[in-house]
Amino acid sequence: MSAETNPMGDVKREELLISVIDGLLDGARHVAVGALSPIPGAGALLAARRSGGRVTIIGSDLPAHRMDGGVELFDMAAQGRVDGFFLSGGQIDGQGNINLTGAGDYPRGDVRWSGAFGSAFLYFQVPRVILFREEHTRRVFVPKVDFISAPGASEPGVHRPGGARALVTGLCVMDFDRARARFTLRSVHPGVTVEEVRDNTGFDFDLPQSVPTTELPSAETLGVIRSEIAQTIANPYPEFAERVFGVVRKAA
Amino acid sequence: MRPPVLDLADLAARIPDGALLAVAKEPNAPMALARELIRRGAKDLHLVTLPTAGVFADALIGGGCVKIVETSGVSLGEFGPAPFFAEAVKSGAVEIRDATCPAVYTGLQAGEKGIPFMPIRGIIGSDILANRPDWKVIDNPFEAGGDPIVLIPAIRPDVAVVHVSEADRFGNAWIGGRHELKTMAHAAHCTLVTAERIVDHDLREDEAKAANLITPIYVEALAEAPGGSWPLACPPDYALDPGAVRAYASAARQSARSGGGEEWLRLLTPGHAEAAE
Repeated sequence: MSAETNPMGDVKREELLISVIDGLLDGARHVAVGALSPIPGAGALLAARRSGGRVTIIGSDLPAHRMDGGVELFDMAAQGRVDGFFLSGGQIDGQGNINLTGAGDYPRGDVRWSGAFGSAFLYFQVPRVILFREEHTRRVFVPKVDFISAPGASEPGVHRPGGARALVTGLCVMDFDRARARFTLRSVHPGVTVEEVRDNTGFDFDLPQSVPTTELPSAETLGVIRSEIAQTIANPYPEFAERVFGVVRKAA
Repeated sequence: MRPPVLDLADLAARIPDGALLAVAKEPNAPMALARELIRRGAKDLHLVTLPTAGVFADALIGGGCVKIVETSGVSLGEFGPAPFFAEAVKSGAVEIRDATCPAVYTGLQAGEKGIPFMPIRGIIGSDILANRPDWKVIDNPFEAGGDPIVLIPAIRPDVAVVHVSEADRFGNAWIGGRHELKTMAHAAHCTLVTAERIVDHDLREDEAKAANLITPIYVEALAEAPGGSWPLACPPDYALDPGAVRAYASAARQSARSGGGEEWLRLLTPGHAEAAE
């Protein structure tokens, strides 16, 4: 896209994604945010501000984010006290399977990633999981993951109140139909074409009759993101807040 | 009978080669103890991490101390992948037993209760489960039929290790709000504690602290180790040292790739990091 016709205006990509995530969390009472997730964290904070829900950002030192040690998040999720959570993957396939473990033949594959973390549990328990991965390439969005750290769908009879609701990437938003274990393109970000999404996605997905453009945040929402949300997300993400919003770090 | 206060080398000597060793993710990682184990040339440790790990596990793997890693993930967080861990898993130098966070807690909770296993939701249909022959699936016996559920066998570590801000000479170790550290200590056959300081008064006298202690019945021995979590955090005393962790990550990456060099170990030694910069 050329600079003079930038369809994003003065909206940064991070701000668009924060606003998209806000919309997907409408009405959630409690959203938890895992490690290394500044954009999901900011989106969750924005949604909570709008709809009065709670947010727990793992790693934040702010009192409102304090939990009873490391176990409570999982117990809460198992009881249905967590409505929203974010997962990602080194690979994600068209059935919603995610791979956080490694590429190639397990265990001695080509690339070893860190590991499944809580995914193999939380993907089953949290009703509104948002899959979030900025990099939208065929390297990430593969026909079939090499290792299922957590499955996108389960056999009938397996207790599973949770699962993916949507996939948010640097190019688009997709809805996930858990019954069919299949993605449908919901919108493409400003300046992105459906062909571009298709070219960069290794799995097959459904298309609506017409594909809308992802809505940009309103001026009012942008104002809130750049002030209140930027300040809050600086704990625990000072580097992100400084880079994207110019939040000056407090002296240690 | 009070657990003895030892020097660091003697404390590390209580971790035999081949031990099933439990450690929690940072903060509170006993890095001074890790350096002592690497210096000794400890071998064949079976590391179980609560529920994930970072520099502590990566350094022990880099030091050739580890045979098996049971973990939900090893990562240096914002400083990138754990180089020695990734390389050792790929080469087969270390046997990996992949888990998922709450499953590790579940195994330790079964361990602290003295029961053989505990059930947990989720996990079914994952390749995590497919690669854990020690985890079983049964049908919920309280339902008429169906409702499969995973059973995690009890984890009883030989030794649990932790670094805390404050301990006392009676053998109490204050763990703040991290209650999983108590679960770890309760499940283990014994716990070794390093502390920023070991005070003379009994921490159990303070109601607020008494609720957050590993108590002496679980503690085999202690050592005073100021800066014992560096370069990682030991709240409330100090935060993670980003420069030092970044330097470790870079040197470890180089060493893991080339299969040699001990610069990473030098960078993990307090007082030597500055010289490299």
